[in-house]
Amino acid sequence: MACHAVSAPSSRRCLRAPWDIPEHRKGLSMELGLTETQELLRNSARNFFENECPLGRVREIQASQEGFSRREWEQAAALGWPGLLVAETYQGSGGNLMDAVILLEEVGRALAPLPLASTAVVGALALQEFGTEAQRATLLPRIAVGESIIALAVTEPSASYHADGIRTRARLVGDRYILDGTKLFVRDGTIADLLLVATRTEDSENPEHGITLFLVDAHARGVGVTPLITSARDRQAEIQFSEVAVPHDAVVGTVGGGWPVIRKLIDLAALSECAEMVGAGQRVFETTLDYAKTRVQFGRPIGSFQSLQHKVADMAIDIDSSRFITYYAAWKADTSADARADIARTKVWVSDAFRRITREAHQVHGGVGFIVDHDLHLFFGREKTAELYMGTPSYHRMAVAEAILGPAG
Amino acid sequence: MDFELPANVEEFRQELRAFLKEEWPPDKRERIASGDGYDDERAFRRKLAQRGWLAMSWPKEYGGQGRSILEQYIFSEEMAYHGAPAGTVGVGQVGPTLMRYGSEEQKARFLPQIAAGELDFALGYTEPEAGTDLASLKTRAVEDGDDFVINGSKIYTSAAHRAEYVWLATRTDPEAPKHRGISLFIVDLKSPGITVRPLWAMADGRTNQTFYDNVRVPRENLIGELNRGWYYVAHALDFERITVFTVATLRAGFDALVATIKEAAYDGRPLRAEPEVRDTIAQLSTELEVAQMLSYRVAWMISREQHPNYEASMLKVFATEFMQRLYHQGTRLLGLYGQLTPGSAWAPAGGRFERSHRASVMPTFGAGSSEIQRNIIATRGLGLPRS
Repeated sequence: MACHAVSAPSSRRCLRAPWDIPEHRKGLSMELGLTETQELLRNSARNFFENECPLGRVREIQASQEGFSRREWEQAAALGWPGLLVAETYQGSGGNLMDAVILLEEVGRALAPLPLASTAVVGALALQEFGTEAQRATLLPRIAVGESIIALAVTEPSASYHADGIRTRARLVGDRYILDGTKLFVRDGTIADLLLVATRTEDSENPEHGITLFLVDAHARGVGVTPLITSARDRQAEIQFSEVAVPHDAVVGTVGGGWPVIRKLIDLAALSECAEMVGAGQRVFETTLDYAKTRVQFGRPIGSFQSLQHKVADMAIDIDSSRFITYYAAWKADTSADARADIARTKVWVSDAFRRITREAHQVHGGVGFIVDHDLHLFFGREKTAELYMGTPSYHRMAVAEAILGPAG
Repeated sequence: MDFELPANVEEFRQELRAFLKEEWPPDKRERIASGDGYDDERAFRRKLAQRGWLAMSWPKEYGGQGRSILEQYIFSEEMAYHGAPAGTVGVGQVGPTLMRYGSEEQKARFLPQIAAGELDFALGYTEPEAGTDLASLKTRAVEDGDDFVINGSKIYTSAAHRAEYVWLATRTDPEAPKHRGISLFIVDLKSPGITVRPLWAMADGRTNQTFYDNVRVPRENLIGELNRGWYYVAHALDFERITVFTVATLRAGFDALVATIKEAAYDGRPLRAEPEVRDTIAQLSTELEVAQMLSYRVAWMISREQHPNYEASMLKVFATEFMQRLYHQGTRLLGLYGQLTPGSAWAPAGGRFERSHRASVMPTFGAGSSEIQRNIIATRGLGLPRS
């Protein structure tokens, strides 16, 4: 993974084929394959989930009180996954977003009930890129070993990912901030140790000013967590903050200047969600293809009917294009300062493609897929949450339009 | 994974842009788009040839430069983006097939001239009764001494009214299974017995129907072995994939649409501020990126000497269907102005979106319909049983 270090874009060269390859048909040095390390990561993740956390186990965990199992989380931690993006200085593996995407594809494929995107991507990078040295030194090593689960708490009853949707207040009283408000739709909010909470510290003409991001102990006095049961069973929570006292050094980024940080974290979470959708969609696609080959009606496999072949062909286009556009966005985010429009396009495309894939999968499977003994409904449930989580396609199209056409006003 | 192009390839791109700025200004582009300007086109190709670019990916011994697939890809992208007529049947299909199956005499006679931009070929595959089922073609070639005598007709022989030769697929063994009785010829379009009749297409361009009435072709113009033509055609189509279908034409159309929308204000209201316009442009931009990804994948596979077949079909289906969405939306977003044809002083961007909207009808069935491409994806790509 040295070749993919987050902070060293120049090291990308080690992936390149030398330009002066003699045979005239070679020389495209764009490299769309995985590195050996990434292949290893993918294989070990797939093996782990197939052996230790198959869908039967996922169902058990989803049905449990907490919707979560420490056992699998500790196993994932032993494999080093929570620290995948944490720099080596802080006991992580120093990987980049492309590595994270490879891992999260497998998480999505397995529907694994693990807070890896929340903790290993959003939580780790929030602190690594925007935290103080003290925050990094204290927390990153704990994240890396799986001791701290982190959840991003942005959305509220306003159900908005825009800055003006943030109404949770933080007031400076003495040397502490006092937080009051309600966060909704906080994924992994039921199991988190630490919450990244977007608050308003100051009213301003421009809603993007006066926002501050805090790192809050999820077990602090005044924090009330109520589970929200979603179609994805993804451990979402309503979190009430009633006069929650937070030390002033719990600010991540600057006071009043938190919005750009939060925007970046929303993008990272959206990209992570795309990677999980790609993995889940790939599995749905493979399952459907198998079914089309083996299900016999009218004396022949249903996959021999053209009307069905064309559906499956469209599913293949959707899944392959989703994978490449997700890789492209991850590469862009790893190598350039601004990948916002690329991530936005990715969330637009992958959300819709994943929806079409699960729909068509149900259509091909017919009755059997409608029965809960079959696994397909688990993916169908995952899809709706994935589409809405971290910005719907409409929300992200606004960002794309802004990049192309300038501000709307 | 690395989507970055090496610096020297980027330099090549800049070199191409400077050349295009000089040699292919917008007025020439416009004449080509409206179906005129063939002389400009020929002159331009000769200029490309002088720089060694026309057949740049060919080996040096045949007049090429032995350039990499990546450079070929960049070249195709830049030419397509600027609407420059660089890709030809001669360079893309005839040449590579001759290199592999042609006689030494044929190679010497045709390859240097193709690479020099001195010869154009029309493609003579499709017949009125042999479209998607191309192998059922009936145009007959019968041996007669040192010649073959050809009778029949071809349709959509697009360049036949101006090219020197037609690359013609004929039936030479009517008794054999249909794929095994086809032979390929290079036929001089000035041969007695050839009639070219125009078919005017709905996107301002012209194509043709060609009739062959006892046309005599010397045996030396037979390509490879008798009755093996079908396999050469299939191979030539693979070669054509090497000059990868780029999405640059679509990107050019999208960029022009964005530029037009940014300028447009109806009754003082800027079009770019309309929520529906913004939402639609963002969606089109997303789909354009998707087409780009599918195109990168095909180029990447070819560069690794892997054979894209269903991957190329995915690109073709997606890009051509996207083209229809692009110009449907492009004309719709412009409101009543979107219907104005080129020539109207009121037409936005000279009416290019209205014309492109008409042109977008063809690519979803030309060169293998979307339905056939989806069959290929499902059967060859995904292993579903044939219907």
